[in-house]
Amino acid sequence: MTDTTTTPATVEPLPQANRDFIPLLLPVALALVMIPFVGSGSTWVTLTIASLAMGMMIFIMASGLTLVFGLMDVLNFGHGAFIAVGAYVATLVLAPMAGYVQADSLWLNLLALAPAALLAMAVSGALGLVFERVLILPVYGNHLKQILITMGGLIVAEQLLYALWGPERIPLPLPASLRGSFILGDIAIAKYRVLAMVVGLVVFGLVLLVLNRTKIGLLIRAGVENREMVEALGYRIKRLFLGVFMVGSALAGLGGIMWALYREEVHASIGGELTVLVFIVIIIGGLGSIGGCFVGAILVAMVANYGGFLVPKLALISNILLMVAILMWRPRGLYPVTNR
Amino acid sequence: MSDMLKLDGVHTHIAQYHILHGVDLNVPEGQITMLLGRNGAGKTTTLRTIMGLSPPSSGQIVLAGQNIEKKSTPDIAGLGVGYVPETMSVFSDLTVKENLILAAREGPLDDTRLQWIFGFFPALKRFWLSRAGSLSGGQKQMLSIARAIVEPRKLLLIDEPTKGLAPAIVVNLIECLAEVKKRGATVLLVEQNFRVAQEVGDSVLVMDNGKIVHRGAMAELAKDTSLQEKLLGLSLEAHQ
Amino acid sequence: MMILSGDPPRSRVLSLLLIVIVTLLALAPFLFPGAKAMNVATKICIFALLVASYDLLLGYTGTVSFAHTMFYGIGSYGIAIALYAMGPTWAGVATGIVIGLPLAALLALGIGLFSLRVQAIFFAMITLAVASAFQVLASQLSWLTGGDDGRSFRLPELLRPGTVIIPKEVFGFEFNGRTLTYYIVFVVAAALILTLLRIVNSPFGRALQAVRENRFRAEALGYRTVFHLTWANVIAALVAACAGVLNALWLRYAGPETLSFTIMIDILLMVVIGGMGTMYGAIIGAAIFILAENYLQALMGAASKATAGAGIPVLPALLHPDRWLLWLGLLFIASVYFFPTGVVGKLRGKS
Repeated sequence: MTDTTTTPATVEPLPQANRDFIPLLLPVALALVMIPFVGSGSTWVTLTIASLAMGMMIFIMASGLTLVFGLMDVLNFGHGAFIAVGAYVATLVLAPMAGYVQADSLWLNLLALAPAALLAMAVSGALGLVFERVLILPVYGNHLKQILITMGGLIVAEQLLYALWGPERIPLPLPASLRGSFILGDIAIAKYRVLAMVVGLVVFGLVLLVLNRTKIGLLIRAGVENREMVEALGYRIKRLFLGVFMVGSALAGLGGIMWALYREEVHASIGGELTVLVFIVIIIGGLGSIGGCFVGAILVAMVANYGGFLVPKLALISNILLMVAILMWRPRGLYPVTNR
Repeated sequence: MSDMLKLDGVHTHIAQYHILHGVDLNVPEGQITMLLGRNGAGKTTTLRTIMGLSPPSSGQIVLAGQNIEKKSTPDIAGLGVGYVPETMSVFSDLTVKENLILAAREGPLDDTRLQWIFGFFPALKRFWLSRAGSLSGGQKQMLSIARAIVEPRKLLLIDEPTKGLAPAIVVNLIECLAEVKKRGATVLLVEQNFRVAQEVGDSVLVMDNGKIVHRGAMAELAKDTSLQEKLLGLSLEAHQ
Repeated sequence: MMILSGDPPRSRVLSLLLIVIVTLLALAPFLFPGAKAMNVATKICIFALLVASYDLLLGYTGTVSFAHTMFYGIGSYGIAIALYAMGPTWAGVATGIVIGLPLAALLALGIGLFSLRVQAIFFAMITLAVASAFQVLASQLSWLTGGDDGRSFRLPELLRPGTVIIPKEVFGFEFNGRTLTYYIVFVVAAALILTLLRIVNSPFGRALQAVRENRFRAEALGYRTVFHLTWANVIAALVAACAGVLNALWLRYAGPETLSFTIMIDILLMVVIGGMGTMYGAIIGAAIFILAENYLQALMGAASKATAGAGIPVLPALLHPDRWLLWLGLLFIASVYFFPTGVVGKLRGKS
């Protein structure tokens, strides 16, 4: 950032105004509350790690969408398309590189995974470009049409995937060195989940870095709150839109390949399925808030995992209940950002 | 003396509402021109139209010799126009520092200029690293104004800056505007507080029903209480 | 034109189309007695009704909801479960209706009240989530709903295909229980659509449109928007549930497909193509869509085989009848672009 570090000499280090910590405590509280219900300590750890890993993946998928809505006031109901496409594109790299995938060496596996992930992100990002220019731009400002047209886009994308790859589920085995778990005493921690958490935290860190330490990030944060004012300060913020949209779609693609590896299969239906979860997360978090998205994703993943363990039949409903509960408390989500 | 800004037959529609009905006005360079009028007269819309936020449906807007009625808001701002809207314009999630950094388009923040601003609005110095959202209403107003003057601008469009400001700060604001004018800026100021208007304004435009119904020197209007009543529905004494 | 509540088609072509459609539907058992054709005709009646109920929400109130299939499903399942549990009796029919409809209304009430607390965009997303959850619930409560297999049941004797009401000898045509069922569907659908037309042309309906244009201004004008929005939700849900009842009666079955998102997309497509906020659009949209769905897929199958035979790559996969939804989706997108007012709007000369 360009400034002459003109913190005037007599500035008292005032505490940052009441940072809203309550939402951050929610996942911690939930995890702790679950201990007596789950019973066994080792199971609890497994479930908690599973929640964190799943939460990271969902966060990666949802982060783009929440920024897009906050900044551009565009609700992309077709976001799931980027997720699904990412997963399918990954198979294009991982299938021919099966040798690397099956080798029991982390480095060889990563040598296959990295290009797969990068290609997934590139293609999803490109699809994002198409979506934005072809579908969203013409109906800019009209929420109803955006909803309809992006849903149409999701359907067309899904069907194209089925047409190109066939409607069956495609198996996607985990690379050899990522199978299995680390054993700590009683507790088994799946290796892949650790990777997911690492990737998730890295993405979160990068996003926060860009948002808080770069001018572009400043523009995005300001634009999410009040687009008009940013323009009145002389910035052509609309140019930023396409970039943000594409980054969001690329991240969704990354989330897609991670999810596909998690489930060890690829199928276009994950687009639609995850759309619902992603929406729940960004609603809970507050449209436009990355922090809220992060907390929301972890909460949703926890409810899915603990709930799935304790009361399997109520999995999706429990997330709806979570969403309703949070909206009753804060009708605009945990960290409402936009002025709308 | 030339005009910094000139509006010619400007009409603005917002949705199906016809708000500005042919506004003709000029803002002389280097002066503070007041834009007065009852609530709903169209003052805010006039500023927004100049700024390109509510583009005119017809008419011409000339800024320093250039037609800007068809330009986009960022372009208009880039020509040296600063805008202070009525409410809710500071970025709550950003710190005071970040708000000002964003406003300083030309380059890094100028320390001297900052100290000058802190002279009028000491609270901004105190809350330099605090989130703008934690400031009081009056302090947010100060930040909003500070943003517009953090770099020299040709034209300042300011909408009801004294709203919500403590009287002591209003004094600072008046001082600030006087200094800004001394440094060569042109100001178009919407203000409900007639006492402030009288102290600060050089010329005055009165607006009603989307049209300018009076234009002249502030000094003359200040003397003529019956004209004040007629135009603004009040007299100086009543509005103390 | 009292029966049309003072809201005539306002276009000669449209009136003609409607007369043709309604007449063909009215005489369907005589003109198109085959099983497939009768299914198509019934489906058009039922969906015209379902889409009309959705138009009340979307076109007239301006509410985007993805939970509409829930009410449709409740109506279907209500009567299916009742007839399954109580046997094929009219008491079963009554019970199903008496339980299903109020349940739909209650749910709509809850959703409607919740919608007032959140913004429109939130509401849309939330209804999406709720509808998904409901679908999962329906397939999981298999003891009640028959799970993924759904609930089959038998109709009361009068409505069964085997029951001959007017034998062939009398008019040269057999009027049996199936025919009777069809006419029940047709008459109820027609009556409810006319009722909806009455509702949207009443002061209540005009208030809804005011709310749609600008909620705050409507409130400032004195409309109790809470009242109107809630009622609109409830009425739409009730009518959708009725459509569900009719559907179950015809198919003698209720299953999780009624709750599927595909149906929701179909409804959206029909209302957008037909024309939002017109009521007539529902009829036109349903007719176009269902005719295309049934007769176009056969066409697609033929085209797919032909292109495969000609050795063209990719195209056979795109034209495969299972990829019906692909072309639907493209048509959907095209409608939003080029026909924002739908067929009805185009015929009326607005743009």
